[in-house]
Amino acid sequence: MNFDFSDDQKQLRDEARRFLTEKCPPKAVREVIDGKATYDRELWKGLADMGFLGVAIPEAFGGSGAGHLELCVIAEEMGRALAPVPFSSTVYLAAEALMLAGSDAQKQKWLPAIASGAAVGTLALFEGSGNPSPGAIKLTASNGTLNGIKKPVPDGAVADFAIVAARTASTGRETDISLFLVDLTSEGVEAKALTNIDPSRGQAEISFKNVKAELLGPANEGWSILTRVLDRAAVLIAFEQVGGADRALEMGRDYALDRIAFGRQIGSFQAVKHMLADMYVSATLARSNCYYGAWALSTNASELPEAAAAARISATQAFQHCAKNNIQVHGGMGFTWEFDCHLYYRRSNALALGLGSLSYWEDALIDRMRQRNAAA
Amino acid sequence: MNFDDTPQEAAFRAEARAWIDANAPKELEAELSKPSAKRASENRDGMIDVAKAWQKKKADAGWACLHWPKDYGGRGSTPIERVIWQQEEGVYDKLSRPFAIGQGMCGPTVMAYADEEQKRKYLPPLASGETIWCQLFSEPAGGSDVAGLRTRAEKDGDDWIVNGQKIWTSGAHYSDFGILITRTDANVPKHKGLTMFFLDMKSPGVEVKPIKQANGMQEFNEVFFTNVRIPDSQRLGAVGDGWNVSLTTLMNERMSIGARLSTGFPELFEFCSNLMLEDGLAIDDRSVRSKLASWAVKNSGLKYTSYRSISALSKGDRPGPENSIGKLVSGSMLQDIAMFAADLQGASGALTDGDADTAGQFQAMILQSPSMRIAGGTDEILRNIIAERVLGLPGDIRVDKDVPFNKIPTKGR
Amino acid sequence: MNFDDTPQEAAFRAEAKAWIAANAPKQYEDELKKASLGRIQLRSANILEVAKAWQKKKADAGWAVPHWPKDYGGRRASPIERVIWQQEEGVFGKLGALFIIGHGMCGPTMMAYAAEDQKRHYLPPLASGENIWCQLFSEPAGGSDVAGLRTRAEKDGADWVINGQKIWTSGAHYSDYGILITRTDPTVPKHKGLTMFFLDMKSPGVEVKPIKQANGQAEFNEVYFTDVRIPDAQRLGAVGDGWNVSLTTLMNERMAIGANVATGFPELFEFCNNLMLEDGLAIDDRAVRSKLASWAVRASGLKYTSFRAISALSRGERPGPENSIGKLVAGAMLQDVATYALDLQGAAGVLSGPDDAEAAGKFQAMLLRSPATRVEGGTDEILRNIIAERVLGLPGDIRVDKDVPFNKIPTKGR
Ligand SMILES: Cc1cc2nc3c(=O)[nH]c(=O)nc-3n(C[C@H](O)[C@H](O)[C@H](O)COP(=O)(O)OP(=O)(O)OC[C@H]3O[C@@H](n4cnc5c(N)ncnc54)[C@H](O)[C@@H]3O)c2cc1C
Ligand SMILES: Cc1cc2nc3c(=O)[nH]c(=O)nc-3n(C[C@H](O)[C@H](O)[C@H](O)COP(=O)(O)OP(=O)(O)OC[C@H]3O[C@@H](n4cnc5c(N)ncnc54)[C@H](O)[C@@H]3O)c2cc1C
Repeated sequence: MNFDFSDDQKQLRDEARRFLTEKCPPKAVREVIDGKATYDRELWKGLADMGFLGVAIPEAFGGSGAGHLELCVIAEEMGRALAPVPFSSTVYLAAEALMLAGSDAQKQKWLPAIASGAAVGTLALFEGSGNPSPGAIKLTASNGTLNGIKKPVPDGAVADFAIVAARTASTGRETDISLFLVDLTSEGVEAKALTNIDPSRGQAEISFKNVKAELLGPANEGWSILTRVLDRAAVLIAFEQVGGADRALEMGRDYALDRIAFGRQIGSFQAVKHMLADMYVSATLARSNCYYGAWALSTNASELPEAAAAARISATQAFQHCAKNNIQVHGGMGFTWEFDCHLYYRRSNALALGLGSLSYWEDALIDRMRQRNAAA
Repeated sequence: MNFDDTPQEAAFRAEARAWIDANAPKELEAELSKPSAKRASENRDGMIDVAKAWQKKKADAGWACLHWPKDYGGRGSTPIERVIWQQEEGVYDKLSRPFAIGQGMCGPTVMAYADEEQKRKYLPPLASGETIWCQLFSEPAGGSDVAGLRTRAEKDGDDWIVNGQKIWTSGAHYSDFGILITRTDANVPKHKGLTMFFLDMKSPGVEVKPIKQANGMQEFNEVFFTNVRIPDSQRLGAVGDGWNVSLTTLMNERMSIGARLSTGFPELFEFCSNLMLEDGLAIDDRSVRSKLASWAVKNSGLKYTSYRSISALSKGDRPGPENSIGKLVSGSMLQDIAMFAADLQGASGALTDGDADTAGQFQAMILQSPSMRIAGGTDEILRNIIAERVLGLPGDIRVDKDVPFNKIPTKGR
Repeated sequence: MNFDDTPQEAAFRAEAKAWIAANAPKQYEDELKKASLGRIQLRSANILEVAKAWQKKKADAGWAVPHWPKDYGGRRASPIERVIWQQEEGVFGKLGALFIIGHGMCGPTMMAYAAEDQKRHYLPPLASGENIWCQLFSEPAGGSDVAGLRTRAEKDGADWVINGQKIWTSGAHYSDYGILITRTDPTVPKHKGLTMFFLDMKSPGVEVKPIKQANGQAEFNEVYFTDVRIPDAQRLGAVGDGWNVSLTTLMNERMAIGANVATGFPELFEFCNNLMLEDGLAIDDRAVRSKLASWAVRASGLKYTSFRAISALSRGERPGPENSIGKLVAGAMLQDVATYALDLQGAAGVLSGPDDAEAAGKFQAMLLRSPATRVEGGTDEILRNIIAERVLGLPGDIRVDKDVPFNKIPTKGR
């Protein structure tokens, strides 16, 4: 059994950590939070130069072709550093959708642009409150023309193109949905940035008025492609969550060692020690589930749907748990704008929602476990 | 990243599988597969004899305590081979329970501290299950605080004379030997006046009284010592060095990687997959699903955490600290799951004999689970260990550290 | 056992109800109902002005701080009448948030320790909201460990000269006065060298710097003292007795905060009653119900616990320790409830703008404010210690700082 990342992959992790420590300190995150930029363009460029944007994109399409385990390793570091760039929407959602379902021409057009940092992509799925479901998609496509509104669209205000889930029929089945690729500079597209709980990452509303679009993948197979994209993104975002959880735990631990109250380190009080030990427990469980997700993702295993849901649930719980109790360990300091605790708290809650809520994934996990049991 | 065996591992696995296939007591497979059939240690229906027979058969073929040196009854296997063996042994592993303390804790301690002649004499029959050993550490005055123990050992010629009482000693009632920690000097700080021995449980003056547990079973005991003589040659480690010796034992207790701690989840999942509620299967109910999902990811988290440790072993590395979470997570999970399963059964959840399909397994789990959160280190002690050894937080402020033992307060309010 | 008012109580309630019906600022009722946690803001008016106006109106009619003596701006209402008033005031009570610290903590401390003429001078405008007071206790070196504070007060003639820094002072930026705890002797054990004062926040040398909070608002401040002179006449309690004086304040604080803590449950219940999920109303979903039910019994448990305290008050007895669970239960619950409300919204739960988010972003604001509830006025951990020690009689933590001169206590970790 070799249930671990290879030495090369670990080296890549170290390299990514060094790079992000230098290029993405909390100060950089705050530039975006304070509204001085929509995202960190310099960091984005740097990520492209390091080859991180195209790490899972085949060489034929301008990437390095390394693979998804490498991408997982980088995702963890991105989460740890709270990188304020449209990485997840571009790399986990748009690029994965293109690689799964794009035509050769579509891949040729967009994948090299993603890898080089020239294009930001996203997935336009949600239309207001609610979880991923074919029934919730009202935006229509007829004869390659889209009409409707998507919200929230991650990084929608800065994206160059979007994969849009659209209704192409009304039979009440999954096959009603098809995916379209839209150049967001097209006429009829209007994007409006929306305030959200984690301002280090953008959210937008995009309206489509008679927008010309091309199919991505076969007509009427949009939902099944989408499900696979979401599973893949779930694993990758889970790595971001684990990275964030670990960092929040470290911050709490460091503060507990540093802060003195009642003449002793607060980390010597069992209330604080046990709080931190419990954070370690959830972070460890999440990391192990994520490794399994990484294996399933990188080998395209039939276990991926179940592994992805487990990784997502576990990592969501761990990051939320660690981020909120990191504030608690910090006392009043934790509730200041100046300390970074709230950045992790915000991000933990934003990541928990982005691909659909915890309840949605809980439901999905049980469905998938049952299917496997029934098959066995 | 993969789950494949190396060629050597695969060869070892094939050999183990073939041998088990040819030799395991298949007639017990069905019974052992039931979660309720776990308690060979209670010696119901002569389970001990069955366990001993299987252990002996393994020993004769070189499959007992396989990570031990050959001279002491093992086969000199690598840690990863040991894990592979456990995986292959599967349900028959449940028959090893009566030997777990002896082989997991007493054996390694004897191996580290006894002299060569003793090791050759005592370890092979321990490996083969011909003798059973117990661990005489906890006392009424100290369980978490083992070093608070009061059983006295006084030197008399070449012997030591032991007086006092141990408690919670699992399996003492069917054990042949035990390792025993005693206080040999009460005038020095508590951790400094301790000395470790091993002894024959049939020595005159040893009296074992079973304790009836909260769940009605009897697996642990009180053990009283009245002028019990132990030869000095049976001392393990130096006089006054008992605390360090005991750490060897306790470390081995917590280290057993791959030891599958039961969480109750597979049982619950199966139960919910079949249970009809008023408006459908339990597993189709959203509120049931949400709970199941949270436990599912803990269960898989533990499983893959142990895979990570196994992978480290497979590479010849030392596993990281991640394995320390196992008992802490599974203990309270077992309890929560058992309570939820009983809840799903409604008012009949209170019945312990139930109908055939679940046969009271969750009720037994409810009653058994509190001990999981205590035995071998309480939840609180485990959190301390994670906080201190893994996260590097300071230890508790101690009032008992540099004080002579006989000056330490002993009673609550 | 019954929930009925006694005849006197019923009469008092009727009177209060009638006055409120005739006088409350009804135009803000809707906005106040919707207002989430944290500093309340009104779209149409300045909250500080509206709050002050309402308080003044109440004071003129004798309804401000009803349980205070008449001479100090109250009406000497019984404890139970005070509770009845709160029940009747309802959402308009939210306007009192600005005065909670002054009325709930500073006032009682003044009442216990100031001279008679000072009480007559300072308390009525505090009651009527003309003056706002703040509490200057926490410091960078000590929040939970208030007694670890380092702000120095040195005697100089009939004055004291103050140098140092306070932090987390809620409302200091709009306060007129404050009560201030200082260290007057660092050579004795920490609890023994403290002295309490009250001061005019406009005294020369007081500098207030707002702190931006994690949720983006600025309710609390740093307050710096540079050679601030306070007349000895403004000392509260004896020199060196500040710790005991502060206990009066803190005891009142926990009573004040424990009384009507928000749990988020009513808001969540209402939200689930109206939210359409894919296959029906949220409230009809079994998973939602299971969560709601366990929060419902916590919310009702807190409510009836406070009713038990009210009943004790109504009989003229001291309430038992049961009220001490309030903030501990409510703080964590608020956070969980908010997290769950966002979860129910799915991906759109991240949106926080009032126009884009469900329920006008109420739950997003609650999520971002809730960590503070678990810290302010005693952290969860300190509250558990208090319950364990004062209610259950367990021993206190082992202290390394108790009988040591203050200037010999370690101050920095690793
Ligand atoms: C089924 C079972 C089998 C056992 N088998 C054996 C055996 O074979 N041999 C043997 O020697 N012992 C055995 N034990 C004993 C076991 O090791 C002790 O019960 C355990 O270590 C707890 O000690 P105690 O019972 O004295 O509880 P205590 O140590 O008195 O603990 C009481 C409570 O106080 C808490 N506590 C104590 N110290 C601290 C601290 N420093 N910080 C925070 N909390 C603390 C504990 O967590 C617990 O909640 C067995 C126990 C059980 C339940
Ligand atoms: C919104 C808000 C408003 C406030 N308003 C005011 C105000 O108006 N006036 C004022 O004076 N103060 C005010 N405070 C300060 C508040 O009282 C302190 O923040 C609080 O007491 C905690 O102190 P601290 O921030 O120094 O944290 P610390 O005391 O450093 O605590 C850090 C962590 O250590 C833990 N800890 C500390 N000691 C122990 C112990 N003995 N046992 C176990 N765990 C322990 C804590 O629980 C916490 O998790 C306010 C705080 C907030 C958040």
